[in-house]
Amino acid sequence: MAKITYIEHNGKSHTVDVQNGLTVMEGAVQNDIPGIDADCGGSMACATCHVYVKDDWFNKVPPKQDGEEDMLDQAFEPKKNSRLSCQMIISDELDGLIVDLPERQA
Amino acid sequence: MIKTDALIIGAGPTGLFTAHQLKLIGLNCEIVDNLDKIGGQCIELYPDKPIYDIPAVPECTGEELTNNLINQLKPFNIKFHLSERVDEVKKNNGHWNVKTNKGTEFSTPNVIIAGGVGSFEPRKFAPKECAAYEDKSIFYSVKDKSIFNGKTVSIFGGGDSALDWAIELSKDSKVNLIHRRDEFRGAQSSVDKVFELKDSGKINLFTNCQLKSVNGKNNLDNIEIINNNKEIKKLETDYVLGFFGLIMQLGPIAEWGLNIDKKTITVDTEKFETNQKGIYAVGDICNYPGKLKLILSGFHEGALAARACFKLARPDEKYRFEFTTSSKTIKDRLGVKE
Repeated sequence: MAKITYIEHNGKSHTVDVQNGLTVMEGAVQNDIPGIDADCGGSMACATCHVYVKDDWFNKVPPKQDGEEDMLDQAFEPKKNSRLSCQMIISDELDGLIVDLPERQA
Repeated sequence: MIKTDALIIGAGPTGLFTAHQLKLIGLNCEIVDNLDKIGGQCIELYPDKPIYDIPAVPECTGEELTNNLINQLKPFNIKFHLSERVDEVKKNNGHWNVKTNKGTEFSTPNVIIAGGVGSFEPRKFAPKECAAYEDKSIFYSVKDKSIFNGKTVSIFGGGDSALDWAIELSKDSKVNLIHRRDEFRGAQSSVDKVFELKDSGKINLFTNCQLKSVNGKNNLDNIEIINNNKEIKKLETDYVLGFFGLIMQLGPIAEWGLNIDKKTITVDTEKFETNQKGIYAVGDICNYPGKLKLILSGFHEGALAARACFKLARPDEKYRFEFTTSSKTIKDRLGVKE
């Protein structure tokens, strides 16, 4: 279990408990947090679950797999700390993770 | 006005198999899709990615699955209306009048929405002022490349479309190619060619850069790009092309009076009918308690929706359940010789 904080582009913050094994994307979708669309359902095929990982967390989250950077090319305003939230699996180590949501997903 | 027993919106796996089910039970149907090819998400998002959970198919790619479904439809003559988006669905004397953005009109008792997450539209540039130049100086696809002759074109993206157009347009135009990182996801041969053209001065390459702003009056005058170190560079340019892939948008479906919850359409689990009689939703776009967004679920939903269509298309006939292994009628429809 990990406490994950999602901060919407307008500054509104949501902190929820997410079970280990789920993804950061699923944590948002299951808790009705706006700002993550996840159109493809987590198959790394759409880049609509794009988030910015807070700098001090960026090196602690599971690293990018093949293909994620390609999908991020298509995300809305990608930055250095961009990730697809469907590719980050929750574990105890991610307790306290903070992600910023982009202005929009498309 | 085309009359049909059922109109399917969406030529993805669910739409294709639903067509098969309709034809098996003796109904005719036509299929509309906004993409220029058959296959939906399978062909647009993951043609090369393996799928492992199609019953009795241990492994296949999105493209193979699509081709198999098309083959399964071979016995039937089904009309596809590709590169057309359904814009209007209106009730008319117990039938539905359906109109596409190209002006094709249908009259049908049954509309089956197998639209995935909506229609595929190009992803657009982030700066808001880009919208004002769209289809004049800023494009997301190329219809007539001759307009670029002798002009400066700034191309954004790192995939095959961006690379291919950079190579092609560099013959007759001044080309800037801008990408957000220094790796390209396009074919290696195209990447090599782009670097060759860069070395010979035919293409100006800007990596680790993104579009910051566009400036001009009626026509585009220049753009600003920003690199990872926040340094801004101004580029004089006549045209801008953006190739960031496609995004799914629910689009006009939202305006047809259907119960929509989080981009999905609420249906019952007997007929997969929406709150509008004669309009069904199947596959990823439908929602009901326990819904799984799996291709196999779409097949099941389409099979049941097809049976529901029978009642409205053939109100005076009784639907009789038959197996494909034993029914002479079905074998005739399939063209199987005994």
